Order: sequence, then C-alpha cells, then structure tokens
Amino acid sequence: MARHARAGQFLIIRVDEGGERIPLTISAVDGETVRVIFMTVGATTHRLAELGPGDTVRDVSGPLGRPSELSSNETCVVVGGGVGIASCPIIARALKAKGCCVIGVIGARNADLLILEDEMREACDELHVTTDNGSKGRHGFAADVLKELVEREAIDRVWIIGPAIMMKVTSEVTRPKGIPTLVSLNPIMVDGTGMCGSCRVVVDGQTRFACVDGPEFDAHAVDFDRLMQRQRIYLEEEREALEHHHATHCGCESGAPHG
Amino acid sequence: MVERPAEERVRDFAEVDLGITPEDAVAEAARCLQCKKALCVGGCPVGIDIPRFLLAIAEERFDDARASIMESNLLPAVCGRVCPQESQCEGACILGKKGRAINIGALERFAADAVGEEQAQAAPATPTGRRVAVVGSGPAGLTAAAELARRGHAVTLYESLHEPGGVLVYGIPEFRLPKAIVRAEIERVLALGVDLRTNMLVGTSVTVDELLEFDAVFIATGAGLPSFMGIPGEETNGVYSANEFLTRVNLMRADRFPGTGTPVKRGSRVVVTGAGNVAMDAARVARRLGARVTLVYRRREEDFPARRDEVRHAREEGIEFVTCATPVRIHGEPSVTGVECVQMEMCDLDESGRPQPREIEGSSFMIDADTVIQAIGTSPNPLLVRLLRGAATGRKGNLVVDEDGRTTLPRVYAGGDIATGAATVILAMGAGKRAAAAIDADLAAAGPSLFPR
Repeated sequence: MARHARAGQFLIIRVDEGGERIPLTISAVDGETVRVIFMTVGATTHRLAELGPGDTVRDVSGPLGRPSELSSNETCVVVGGGVGIASCPIIARALKAKGCCVIGVIGARNADLLILEDEMREACDELHVTTDNGSKGRHGFAADVLKELVEREAIDRVWIIGPAIMMKVTSEVTRPKGIPTLVSLNPIMVDGTGMCGSCRVVVDGQTRFACVDGPEFDAHAVDFDRLMQRQRIYLEEEREALEHHHATHCGCESGAPHG
Repeated sequence: MVERPAEERVRDFAEVDLGITPEDAVAEAARCLQCKKALCVGGCPVGIDIPRFLLAIAEERFDDARASIMESNLLPAVCGRVCPQESQCEGACILGKKGRAINIGALERFAADAVGEEQAQAAPATPTGRRVAVVGSGPAGLTAAAELARRGHAVTLYESLHEPGGVLVYGIPEFRLPKAIVRAEIERVLALGVDLRTNMLVGTSVTVDELLEFDAVFIATGAGLPSFMGIPGEETNGVYSANEFLTRVNLMRADRFPGTGTPVKRGSRVVVTGAGNVAMDAARVARRLGARVTLVYRRREEDFPARRDEVRHAREEGIEFVTCATPVRIHGEPSVTGVECVQMEMCDLDESGRPQPREIEGSSFMIDADTVIQAIGTSPNPLLVRLLRGAATGRKGNLVVDEDGRTTLPRVYAGGDIATGAATVILAMGAGKRAAAAIDADLAAAGPSLFPR
C-alpha cells in the first residue's frame, strides 16, 4: 500500500467487525508506513482514537481514488483548512519534487487545532498560518491570505483542502482570475470502489463518483451546496451511533454524549 | 418447498424458503426418468450430472448426491437457492412438457444442506508451478479459482471489499441466501489452497503491471457500476442506487444499526424503480426495515424481468406494484418527499418481445415517498477495464472475450458480468469454469518457456 500510495489518494478503514467503512486521505508515506490523520467526531473516529500503539484495525484498503494531477515547474499554492491540513504535506512534497515553487497556507479555528505546521514549513518554500480567532499566526481565514497571494504574483495552480464550506468560500478567490483550482471532496462513502454511488457529487452539471472519478475535482465546477447537503444525510444516525458508542464502549458511566 | 408465511417473514431477515424434508426429497428425486440423453444437463451452465445426483437422493445416498454435484459445481447451496432453474435445468426437463418438471433446484439445495460434516477433499493436485491471479471473488472468480486450484495452479484471489463473495454477499439478501451458507461454500474453495487477498483493489492496491507478472490473469470484477435514471432530483437526500441500499444492509448489516456502524434510511414510504431480481430484493429489504413499499415499472407485470417466484414473494410480502409508469422527477429539498411519475402506453414489441413503452402526455401523478431506490440495472465495473490498455471492450463497457473467456490481451481472461453485462450467478460460474479450463490448457500448451522472467 505504501509503495503505491500517491498524493491525493485515500484509504478506507474498518476499525472492527461490524464497523463502518470510512475514507481517510493519505497524509504522508514513509517507507512501508502510510499516515492518516482524523478528527474525532463520530462513533467510528472515537473507536479509532481509543486504539493505542500496537493495536490494529480490522481492515484497511487502498490506496483508492485518482492521485493528484501534479504539474511541473509551476508556482502552486496548497491551502489546508482544519483537519484538511492533513492532506497537504504529501501534495506539497510531491509538487516540490517536480520542481514547483510551493506556497503553503494553513488555517484553523484556533492554535490548538492547527496541525503539521513544522512539516508544512519544511515542505513549502513559503508558509502562511491563520487562525479564525487570532490565537496563532494571522487573525483571519486562509482565503484572505490566498487573495493577497494571487494579487502579489502569478499563481499557476491551487489546491484547497478542508471542510466543504471552507473549500467553497476559498475557491471563489481564484475564480475571477481563472486560476486552475483543485479541491479534494469528502462525501459519504461505502465501498470506495465505484459500486454504490453514495459519494456522487455534481461537477459541471454531471454526476461523478468521488471515490473513483476523484476525490480531486475542479473547484470552480463543483456544486458545493449539494455536497454539503449530502454530507448531512445521516446527521441523526451519526448522533445515535455516538450515543450508542458511549453507552456501550467507552467505559464512561453516564451513557450520555460527551467530548 | 416450504415457505415461511409472509406476515412472519417480513419481520426478520431469516430465510424465506425452508427447503424440503428428506422424505419429500427422496420421493421427488424418484420421479426422475433417468433419461439417457438428459436435457436437464444441457440446460445447466456448469453441466452438473443431474440424473446421477437425483438417483443418489432417490436411493438416500445423500453424501454421494452432494459429491456428484460438486464435481461440477463447488457452490451447490448457493445455486440451489438462486439459480433460475425454471429457465435452465427444470425448463429443459422432459417431465415438464406434459406435467411437472422435477424440482431440481430444491433437490440441489437439499443435497448441499443435508450433509453436515465436511467430506474429505480430493487429494491435492500436483503443483504446476504456475501462478494465476483471479480478480474478484464473486461467482465467476470463486469458480475459476477453485477449478484452477484443483488443477494444481497457485491461485491468488483478489477482492476489493473486506469480505469475499461479491454479489453473493453485498447484493443478494440474507433471506434469500444466508451469508453463513455463502461463507461455508467459500471456505471450501479456499481450502483448495486458494490464497485470498481481501481489501485489494486491483488497479491501485495492485497495479496492472504487477498483475501481469502472473502467468495468467482471470478478471471477474462484475457489473457493479450502478445506473441512475438521469431524472431531476436524483441527488436529493434519500435517493439510493439499489447497490448502495443493498450493500449497506447485506454487507454492512445496517439493519442492526446502531449495533453495527453503518446506517441506512429505513424510510416509511419507499419507491423502488425497476422490476428485476435486484429491484425485488431491494423492495423486500425495505419492507423488512419497516417501510411501505411501492415498485414502479414502465412496462406490464408480465414483462417484469424478475423470476416469477421473486415477484410472488414480493407481492405476498405486501409490495405494491405500479406498472406502465415511470418516474420523471424526484421531489423534495433537501430530502425526498415524493416521486412524480407518468403513465406509459405499450407500443410495438421490440426485439426482446416486450412492448416499447411510450409516455402518455399529461398523465403525471405523484407517489409520496421519503426514500427512492433505483434498481434499473448496473454496468461492468470500469475501474480495471480502463487500466487494461489494449483490451477490446464492448458497447456496455464490458471486456470482449471469446467462448473460453480469452480477452484480446495475451494471458488475460475474463468472465461473468464483466464480460456479459449484468446476468446471473450461474452464468458467471459457467464462464469461470470454461475460462479456468482454457487457462489450464493454454498454460500447458505454452510450455515452460513462453513467459520467462
């Protein structure tokens, strides 16, 4: 898996028997090791977070999806928002290796949620840091920095990876200038091999499957509102699963939802 | 065949058909005329010696019955349940011309189920030193893997999902084909020495170049690409492909959510579009999850592509059929509230002998729904096909193969739905069997020098 993994691809992990299959973007490859980074939000990521060193997961499948279409000798900006920063270093490094000048922009709600700053600093020629509340780096959004960058110099290509709303807003910055911009979409998936259509997204008016046609698409052609709507299909069930998890697995006595 | 009453079975996922008793099996098998030129065998895509196994049942030699089936078919418990016998062995049975054909399907299932203890396997074949990759562990892949292993080839069986079985596990529901039975039959295939590699998507986890390092490759990746109707509103929340709905329940066991991790919208009013076996499966699964289910089909009931028994089962379980109608728009935002349909008039017969449906203008009507399941067909899985540079493909995106499963690429064979488009379990098994024989013969003919490395 590590041998074949390329920037932009993802894995599907099933933590245990009976568990759901969740897609996680490949964050880094080191020898025989593949790294993924996740945020603990639902029942499955809670289960994952409870594992310690030496523990195993039931199933890992991948790499899945199409790799990033990397360009050579261009000036590129790689923008990461929140947990989306996880996917950035592998792309930044791959671009560097192809002779690109890479500018990184990473943003998070606050300093505690900012990840991989050192790694990105090393991978990029230039790195900008923002936080929504100003607790680290510049007070504001990654989009603000991107706006200045595209005014400052000729940018050939931009990657934006983060929550759907962040990708939607941030990609508007490059639209007027017609700068090719790629986003990595994160719809709900089941098999991840193109067989169910759960992850279908609308790109340029066409239905595409993020798992096999993506996950990266032309940001300016993606219907983000539809993506966000489809991401909310199972909100109720996700809450129920989390309550069930806390009641049966985490050893906490209350059974009530908590952190 | 004893069936559980509809009102009982819609409350669970346990098997609907309970099989036949040994007494009935013996009596039924004894009706066989033991034809010299048995037409039933000609009707079987894998050529089971049917008179021989019926005779064994009639003489209460149940072990022999199963053993003789398994010379030709390693998945008898599966085939006894899901084969369309009425259009194959039973359809060809001479007794059916004047009276009632032998119930071969029920007897195959009986023989498969009757023997509890595992029988001794045939002695392993002498290793040939040849390595063959089989891609996809559905009916075609399993059959080819077993046949190749029996001939002494070292078989690596790749499966992209976490469980082997393909459509047998993700597609066909528990109440028609219990997964414990599928698992037991797959175990028997693996016991022949087949090396199963799950979670391996060939094309990305294993590259095509790596695949071609094997002496031969059999591609059996199936027809897993779901078709959508292409009508407005399809991206609305609550619209599923049958593949997604069935995978969530059959493979991921969403019926046990939140005990399991994968949810599914249970729906209170479900509309299923299509009338094939998959549509019936989806409708009956939705019914078991507690919904009122309406199935919409553009032609007449006599044109339903599903097996008669499946249609009957669906009707008994309270599925409503709306025929000569087709959905034109799915309403609701962000979630489905209804399906707008129009009535269809039946025009001239097409080459399949079914009438061409045509929309009747101004005939639109609404069906309330909170969930829509589209079961209008699937196409060959494009993922590996598009990576196989130089392989000829057909109109449906299928791999073009000759009678023995040879693609246009040397040493690459294919069979099952990837070559035919969506068809049946048993046709896929037949293709796997023929391709395995061809691979074996071609490898032997090539001798040791053809593929030096």
